[in-house]
Amino acid sequence: MPQVAPVETPQIEEVPADDRPWVTIVWDDPVNLMSYVTWVFQKLFGYSRDKAEELMLDVHNKGKAVVSTGARERMEMDASQLHGYGLWATVDRA
Amino acid sequence: MFRRNGNQCVATFAVDEVRVLRKVAGEVVGLLMDGFDHTDPVVTRLFPDIYPDRPDDSAEFRLYTEGDLKTGKIDQAGAILAALPDDGPGEVRLDGEEAEAWLRAINDARLAMATRLDIKADTDLGDELDEAVIHDPGSSRVFQLSVYAYLGYLQESLLNALPEIEER
Repeated sequence: MPQVAPVETPQIEEVPADDRPWVTIVWDDPVNLMSYVTWVFQKLFGYSRDKAEELMLDVHNKGKAVVSTGARERMEMDASQLHGYGLWATVDRA
Repeated sequence: MFRRNGNQCVATFAVDEVRVLRKVAGEVVGLLMDGFDHTDPVVTRLFPDIYPDRPDDSAEFRLYTEGDLKTGKIDQAGAILAALPDDGPGEVRLDGEEAEAWLRAINDARLAMATRLDIKADTDLGDELDEAVIHDPGSSRVFQLSVYAYLGYLQESLLNALPEIEER
């Protein structure tokens, strides 16, 4: 019996050049209380108080912060829920 | 102002507070129902474009989500109206879910008022109020600024009265 070397099928994941994840961004505004924004991040994302406060301060001091990263549909859902809480959220590519 | 009592957030409101809260919650409902207008800056703030640089994508997303978002906001303003005494002073007791609806609804009302009052990042509410009082103590602006400040204190008191959120 002839010996045939097994053909290796290389496992290459096709990653399109623009297949970067998406992000949800929360923008600073002059109305939302710092304590409220922290509460929303804890409530909606299940972040710890420390993590939520850090994100809130990023929004406050830098004008905006990425609050979640992932698939586009998921980010759209996050942004829409943030709108339900009255936060100013948008979606963009990472 | 709210305080914690067992599992509930409790507040005792004077008759003027009940009337003001009914008024602002009713105005939010009115804005979202009969008066809904996409060119109104308040509506733009409550329903922001999800893709600021891509109007078509934003509009498409809006088509699918705006109805639910609007219903949610009407319901949360309704939670304020439902919990308040019909008229006159009285006590309000909120469980966790009701407290969340109140927080969200107070926030919508504050966003709406701040847009109308042109509140900016560097606005000092005390200075703004002093100036409005000097100009005309009986003006609608004095009343609106006072209500806006009151809602901020009320929201903060409710946040402080909430039970600590369990970490997931």
